[in-house]
Amino acid sequence: MEGLRKANAVELREVAVRFGDFTAVKEVNLDVADGEFVAVVGPTGCGKSTILNLVTGLLPAAAGAVSIFGKKLSGLNDVAGYMLQQEALLPWKTALDNVGLGLVFQGLSVEEARKRAAPWLAKVGLKGFEHRYVHQLSGGQRKRVAMAQTLIMSPKIVLMDEPFSALDVHTRRLMHRILLNLWQEDKRSLIFITHDLEEAIALADRVVVMSAGPGSRVVGEVRITLPRPRDVSELATTNEYLKLYRELWALLGAEVEKSYGSQDVNIDKVDKVDIKETQHAA
Amino acid sequence: MRRKTKIKATQLVLLVAGLSLWECGSRLGWIDPFFFPAPSSIMGRLAEWFSSSDIWFDLGVTLLETVLSFVFGITGGIVLGIWLGLAPFARAVLNPFIKVFNAIPRVLLAPIYVLWFGLGLTSKVALGLTLVFFVAFFNTLQGVREVNPVVLANARLLKASKGALLRHVYLPSATSWILSSLRVSVGLAVLGAVVAEYLGSSMGLGHMIAQAEGVMDATGVFSGLVLLSAFVVALDAIVDRMEKRLLVWRPNQDHEEAELATR
Repeated sequence: MEGLRKANAVELREVAVRFGDFTAVKEVNLDVADGEFVAVVGPTGCGKSTILNLVTGLLPAAAGAVSIFGKKLSGLNDVAGYMLQQEALLPWKTALDNVGLGLVFQGLSVEEARKRAAPWLAKVGLKGFEHRYVHQLSGGQRKRVAMAQTLIMSPKIVLMDEPFSALDVHTRRLMHRILLNLWQEDKRSLIFITHDLEEAIALADRVVVMSAGPGSRVVGEVRITLPRPRDVSELATTNEYLKLYRELWALLGAEVEKSYGSQDVNIDKVDKVDIKETQHAA
Repeated sequence: MRRKTKIKATQLVLLVAGLSLWECGSRLGWIDPFFFPAPSSIMGRLAEWFSSSDIWFDLGVTLLETVLSFVFGITGGIVLGIWLGLAPFARAVLNPFIKVFNAIPRVLLAPIYVLWFGLGLTSKVALGLTLVFFVAFFNTLQGVREVNPVVLANARLLKASKGALLRHVYLPSATSWILSSLRVSVGLAVLGAVVAEYLGSSMGLGHMIAQAEGVMDATGVFSGLVLLSAFVVALDAIVDRMEKRLLVWRPNQDHEEAELATR
């Protein structure tokens, strides 16, 4: 029993994924402890989403092994909840019914699902929005409904694929606060894919950097030592944050350049933009 | 609100002007009332019809035929549409056959149906059903195939069973397509019933029009047409209500123009 509890929530060992001749990721090693929040960053097209698909079991590994809580994963992973990047709510259901959707799929009655979904809507700050349809919600509100929809199923492993990338900065910060609150309330393992370093540092216990694709792998990781609970909006001005940011950018910057290089973009230009972005963030 | 009143007023003016022009033209001998009976005589004929109870019987017969062909045609179309929408193999196999059947000018099946099913109700329902079926089928198929793949993937990730996917994802997603097919179908169901009645029957609105035509009674034909169009508008209003109730989740849009264009 004790051994089981100590086992990592997710373990990827020398995993490779191929689509025909194309190798998306190779030699990927990644451990996520029980209750750990891991952010995965990497240049565009480096196969970050591939990692999530491996963990859900949607995508079989061509080589290596995927273990969930010490057990080799075969078939679909039924302890993982996956929040997609794109809009995925059912537009013909209200916010309340969308949150309870997974419960209904589990066989609960609609009334029971609604009863359990209501407190979750309140948790993500949408009390009073129960009967709104999706088109009556803003982008940030939709994300919150999606978050509640994923978390209500109490998955032991939560997977998020750039969930907030389409939101504006202020809304995104609000989402970060809500997500951190929910995660701290009930610590689950969380793999959070993003391309935004600021977001990764603000949220995660550990940030894993992936190399440019194809055949991308983990090139390094940085443990985020910032104390919790974190005030997401004030973090960016602290020295420790800046140090972590530089450390991560040292890993990621080279990979980003490589990925732009393979896309035949004028490197000089890109470089300048990146520098500007870094200064802006600093 | 003001704009609405303006539109209504303009519509009224247009209607009155058109009808009076027609009436005057007919009275002053600009147009031949034998071929274009004046609105007043059409109204007169309608009043005459409604003063006896026979008209209700004929209307009832046509309504029954319409409703039956509508219900059976829609049900068949939706069931087949969902099946083929979810079964790519069956869809690929059946595709050429459906294309061929769809290519038949279906109104011309009426004589065959009269041969097969006789002069009674069945041949009328068969024709209406055939007309309605294809519209419902193609719209449902389209609706099922156009389900947002991200929404579908998300429902699968939430571990929806096949039945749950059908009920919570495919059907609601196809609803707007199915509903737009309903509006076209109402007209087609009436068309099927009336054409079959016209070709061979002893009752119904189509029969009345055929009879009037047989004695060169243009007033009778026109009155029948007016009655039919009122009939379809009334049925349309019912579908309209259904649509509003079923599509509360959709942002308000003006669909009217798009729908008229598909007619």
